[in-house]
Amino acid sequence: MIEYIQVMFSYTFILRALVVGVLVSLCASLLGVSLVLKRYSMIGDGLSHVGFGAIALATALNFAPMKFTVPVVVIAAVLLLRVSESSKIKGDSAIAMISTGALAVGILAASMTTGMNTDINSYLFGSILAMTKEDVVLSGTLSAIVIVLFLVFYNRIFAVTFDETFAAATGTRVRAYNMLIAVLTSITVVLGMRMMGALLISSLIIFPSLTAMRVCKRFKSVIFMSAVVSVLCFIAGLIISYFASTPTGATVVVINIGIYIIFALISRLLTRKI
Amino acid sequence: MPLITCKNLCLGYEGVTVARDISFSIEKGDYYSIVGRNGSGKSTLMRALLRLKSPDSGEVIYSDDLKQDDIGYLAQQTPVQKDFPASVGEVVLSGCVKRGGLLPFYTAEDRKKADAKMELLGISGLKNKCFRELSGGQQQRALLARALCAAGKILFLDEPVTGLDPVVTTEFFELINNMHKQGMTIVMVSHDIHCAVKYSGKILHMDGGILFNGTAEEYKNSETGAVYIGGHRHD
Repeated sequence: MIEYIQVMFSYTFILRALVVGVLVSLCASLLGVSLVLKRYSMIGDGLSHVGFGAIALATALNFAPMKFTVPVVVIAAVLLLRVSESSKIKGDSAIAMISTGALAVGILAASMTTGMNTDINSYLFGSILAMTKEDVVLSGTLSAIVIVLFLVFYNRIFAVTFDETFAAATGTRVRAYNMLIAVLTSITVVLGMRMMGALLISSLIIFPSLTAMRVCKRFKSVIFMSAVVSVLCFIAGLIISYFASTPTGATVVVINIGIYIIFALISRLLTRKI
Repeated sequence: MPLITCKNLCLGYEGVTVARDISFSIEKGDYYSIVGRNGSGKSTLMRALLRLKSPDSGEVIYSDDLKQDDIGYLAQQTPVQKDFPASVGEVVLSGCVKRGGLLPFYTAEDRKKADAKMELLGISGLKNKCFRELSGGQQQRALLARALCAAGKILFLDEPVTGLDPVVTTEFFELINNMHKQGMTIVMVSHDIHCAVKYSGKILHMDGGILFNGTAEEYKNSETGAVYIGGHRHD
């Protein structure tokens, strides 16, 4: 078994996928806790659709995909937050509008240039072959930034997540931190999108944190558990998808579902004992 | 100079005025209760005092020695908090977040302060408990401890006893009373008119503006007060 895995990791594309995947899983799980608790889960989903639209456009217009997509999705994140704050159009409808709109634009752009071939498939459901060497470097740098910023602002992110009003009343710049969370999320979404797929990336944000919340009772342990679950699920998914020849993104998500169910059962048993 | 002065304040939402022409001031050491029926603009006024809402006209003037770091706030609980996975210790400590400061982490002093506030409110034993598993009264104490970590001079409370049973309510008012005796300025929005009259020094009765502003004694004898307190006078 170990020999097989050694062979597997001797492929460059698998190694790249491993590096990018672990980093993205880590970022997504950290941010996910805050997003889920703030009831912002759908923002991750909306952003991934915008990412799909942007990447399809970039390909159609012959731009460098990442350099085009990252800023577009960051801008979308800022917009989404603004719209959710001004309650004229309800936050969830705004996200639905933007995400389906971006999806439509992306499909149009892609069909005009490539004629709806496998490219669309790999954008939507991810491809493990998508990672180039530059992608790995870019992903590494950006995820390092995300993780460092998250750790530096950890206490404030906690304060803003737990109680925005209190934080604002006592002088924390709530909007700035909400913006920070949204921008970091959009970077994470774009980084993970091509491997996990635009339709699946938001599960990396949502599942690990929900799983951790089933059993952990402190914020710190929720964050830690979420990170561990996320990274381990990704590695397991990558290995299984290699041996079973299944799509990596979907495999990772299914493993996340399985772990969630196991944790939910454990928490049931624990509360019953008490 | 008063800690906070309101001058001809007009407050509203999207063009609809909920309270107009509010002028009053909060002195150091005051214990103010803001009372009035639902929709009378009490909570809106508190949001304006806390700089969470900008007034349509008029102004709120803060004394020079009242910084935003000196303000503690016990807000109404949000649905997010009901199932929030955090320990009481973490929640209380978050009152110490250095606003505007550059230090990203809590200092030993912050931790000591948080421990002291939990001790003061009798919840030290709950430090490692999960916030969502506490009773309503315990949650409110934890949030009060957090507010005290932030409050140097003034403590704002927005309907702090809503949903608490009578015994816990009385305990809670006693706690606030002790804070006040130790020199904390208190501003509270409350529906519990009897406790408000019993404990607070001054009453501000709102109804789209100020109906009454004066001491609790004067309020009891005023027409507004007599009607609002009604026939259920306790003591």
